[in-house]
Amino acid sequence: MAKPKLKAHVIDREWCKGCGICVHFCPKDVLELDEEDKVIAARREDCICCKMCELRCPDLAIEIETE
Amino acid sequence: MAIKGYIRERFFPHIWCPGCGHGIVLNSLLRAIEKLGMSKNEIVVVSGIGCSSRISGYVDFHTLHTIHGRALAFATGVKMSRPELNLIVPMGDGDALAIGGNHFIHSARRNIDMTAIVMNNRIYGMTGGQYSPLSGYGTLATTAPYTNIDYAFDTVELAKAAGASFVARSTTYHVQQLTKILKQAILHEGFSVVEVLSQCPTYFGRKNRKGTAADMMEFYKDNTTPVGSKAKKENPDLIERGVFVEKEMLEYCREYEKIIERAMKGRS
Repeated sequence: MAKPKLKAHVIDREWCKGCGICVHFCPKDVLELDEEDKVIAARREDCICCKMCELRCPDLAIEIETE
Repeated sequence: MAIKGYIRERFFPHIWCPGCGHGIVLNSLLRAIEKLGMSKNEIVVVSGIGCSSRISGYVDFHTLHTIHGRALAFATGVKMSRPELNLIVPMGDGDALAIGGNHFIHSARRNIDMTAIVMNNRIYGMTGGQYSPLSGYGTLATTAPYTNIDYAFDTVELAKAAGASFVARSTTYHVQQLTKILKQAILHEGFSVVEVLSQCPTYFGRKNRKGTAADMMEFYKDNTTPVGSKAKKENPDLIERGVFVEKEMLEYCREYEKIIERAMKGRS
């Protein structure tokens, strides 16, 4: 299977509660909480599209779109 | 997101606290249903009362939000009148095993075809952090400020002893395993029990100094082991996860059909 190619981190800022689970468990340290305690993809080029953030988000607030 | 087709988006963001494990259970459950390719109309979600039970309001299936501890009783009524539907009954640990303890063991004993999910956060969150039958000896709660002296139930052992034909456990850290187990449980014909260790950072975590939601999930990673592993023999304190029981047994609604046939013999 070909390596998935990242299209975008789709983040719903209304739904994100800033719990930090995705930030903590990201294996490549891609995600961060911003000054409003909402998740942002600070280092998107390091993303390997493992989708662990998407699967563990309690708020269904982050989705990894791949090509 | 494909799973968004299964939720009532108008009720989001949901009421659960930041980092609540129940949202992860919802996430995994939706993915399990999506992977099974089930239609919304063949699923009924019945819940009782508590943080966990709010889940029925968020999913776009047939849903019933019923009374405390009695979700399985309502689900039994639905299943017996419409046995072709798939029943999923998410409950909290107190809802399932304290208030609804009797319904739980007797549903297991009857082997009625439904999936009971015990979202175990070891506390009554909604009412302010009272200890539950799964808090366990030595834990702190609003109602146990000098530590709890009640021992906890082991949900898996209880379900096994009561006769459930599918018994499994996973955690909110092990989301891929959780989705797989939920799929298996939904497909299993008979009473399925899935215990999910689910963090409550607001009450259980804060009272017991367990750190953030992510810290509590790290705890699940470090303190659980696959069922039957060597690690468990070396360290008996580890909590086993995986499928404990999966057996074929006569299912209650099918047996009831036979009773109707027997009783109606020779009459129209």
